[in-house]
Amino acid sequence: MNPLVPYFLADFVPTLIHLSYLLASVLFILGVKRLSSPATARSGNRLAALGMLIGVAVTLFDREIISFQYIIAGILIGAVIGAVLARKVKMTSMPELVSMFNGFGGIASALVASGEYFRIAPAVFATHELTALAVSLLVGTMTFTGSLVAFAKLRGIIGGAPVVYPGYKVVNTLVLVAFLVFTTLFFLDPANMGLYLVLAGIALLIGLLLVLPIGGADMPVVISLLNSLTGLAAASTGFVLNNHLLIVSGTLVGAAGLILTLIMCKAMNRPLFNVLFGSFGGNGVDADLPGTPDGKTVKEVTASDLAVMAAYARRVVIVPGYGLAVAQAQHAVREVADMLEARKVDVRYGIHPVAGRMPGHMNVLLAEANVPYPQLFDMDDINKELPKTDLVLVIGANDVVNPDARLNTSSPIYGMPILNVDQAQNVVIFKRSMNTGYAGIDNQLFYADNSYLFFGDAKKSLEMLQESLKEL
Amino acid sequence: MDLLIVNLFIFVLAAFVGFEVISKVPPTLHTPLMSGANAISGITIVGALLVASHTGCVITCHLGFIAIIFATINVVGGFMVTDRMLEMFKKKEDK
Repeated sequence: MNPLVPYFLADFVPTLIHLSYLLASVLFILGVKRLSSPATARSGNRLAALGMLIGVAVTLFDREIISFQYIIAGILIGAVIGAVLARKVKMTSMPELVSMFNGFGGIASALVASGEYFRIAPAVFATHELTALAVSLLVGTMTFTGSLVAFAKLRGIIGGAPVVYPGYKVVNTLVLVAFLVFTTLFFLDPANMGLYLVLAGIALLIGLLLVLPIGGADMPVVISLLNSLTGLAAASTGFVLNNHLLIVSGTLVGAAGLILTLIMCKAMNRPLFNVLFGSFGGNGVDADLPGTPDGKTVKEVTASDLAVMAAYARRVVIVPGYGLAVAQAQHAVREVADMLEARKVDVRYGIHPVAGRMPGHMNVLLAEANVPYPQLFDMDDINKELPKTDLVLVIGANDVVNPDARLNTSSPIYGMPILNVDQAQNVVIFKRSMNTGYAGIDNQLFYADNSYLFFGDAKKSLEMLQESLKEL
Repeated sequence: MDLLIVNLFIFVLAAFVGFEVISKVPPTLHTPLMSGANAISGITIVGALLVASHTGCVITCHLGFIAIIFATINVVGGFMVTDRMLEMFKKKEDK
């Protein structure tokens, strides 16, 4: 008997809880709906948070809850850790934080499903309950280890390059076979807790093996997919507990992650299967690959020449990439943009969907540097403007502006939608050195007649540009 | 069996609503969408609360306790960091 509920209310409480869950579900949906515009997004997030508060608060009145010491302790610990993480994280590190949260969400769902299993076992399970249980366990647990690997790659704890070893495909196949065998055995003998633990171990391994061979620059896809899986794990746990609020919210998150995954794959022009199992690409930053090929020359530009080009342009489009985040150059970019705007230059930002390490990464960085969001343009919108643009500044981006994707049918990135910066009057590429992008392929853009290179660390280069602009 | 059918109905309908609503989120807000989704997937905390407080607890309530911690990190951290990000999206700089 729940100590919070007076006995004469006990009959009404279950209905009230269900109605409150319905209200919470509605608040989640309305909250996400308000994310359709930056103007309403913040209130949407708060609506969703209110929904969560209602969902948690009414659950405390559930008749199955009889003691609170674990609950209070757990919530306190979790809230402190969560609040510290949310406050301390740098905007450049958002991909790491989201990866970590993906992992936590996954393992929490797997633990809840496991708790329910150990509570009921060795009593009898229906097949659909077992299915839901197995899905929660597998998806939640593999999301956990997969996300930890993604986190480690993003953080640079392990290299961003795909981790492959001879025969890794054989190992993966064996693990998959082992998983199928043990799942079958578990369905035949659901009361066998040992089998359950073996399944959990295999699921941990699957997460590791799935993400290790994926390159750092494919992280936008991986993070989106893991995000989707945490939702799926929560929804599946909802099936285990017959809890509708979990099903609705988990499904909502699953849909969000899946949509983002598909958008990212489309923006790379690669099917999901190829991203997951193709072991494509390296780190994206300074791969040790050949410099300038023979017979081609690049033109370098100095800060003072660039300042003149920029100051007398009518329209300048800035194309940021992961290099901008690495160099922490978002504020320097904004200051250059301010100086140009003071000279009545029309400054816009063109953002490729897979620029950075997660969907929308560049937008958040630029918002942090106080760039007004109406200046942030999506690929399709900015591509219409580029032929009418005097100067494009490419900062820390490479493959997403490679015209080979449009022109060279033999290029590995042929068909990938790109920002057509080569159609602008002039292009200046901020680069650390003549290395290739993560795809490891040469970029014809660098040798084009209207292209100039500005070598150096993006932040320092932008500061030099600021100095030169001041002197004009 | 009835319960399963109801659950499936809810699942499928929620998936359609999710796709409909989320496909309208602009690319500019994709990062806050993900961190917000992280927070919402912390809904598993509701399950964790139920699991953590069962009588005659041997393993279950310990698993539930750990689940509460992880899920609360997601809920609190997710909503807070999303709020922090969305605060930065402004039309014009106001100083």
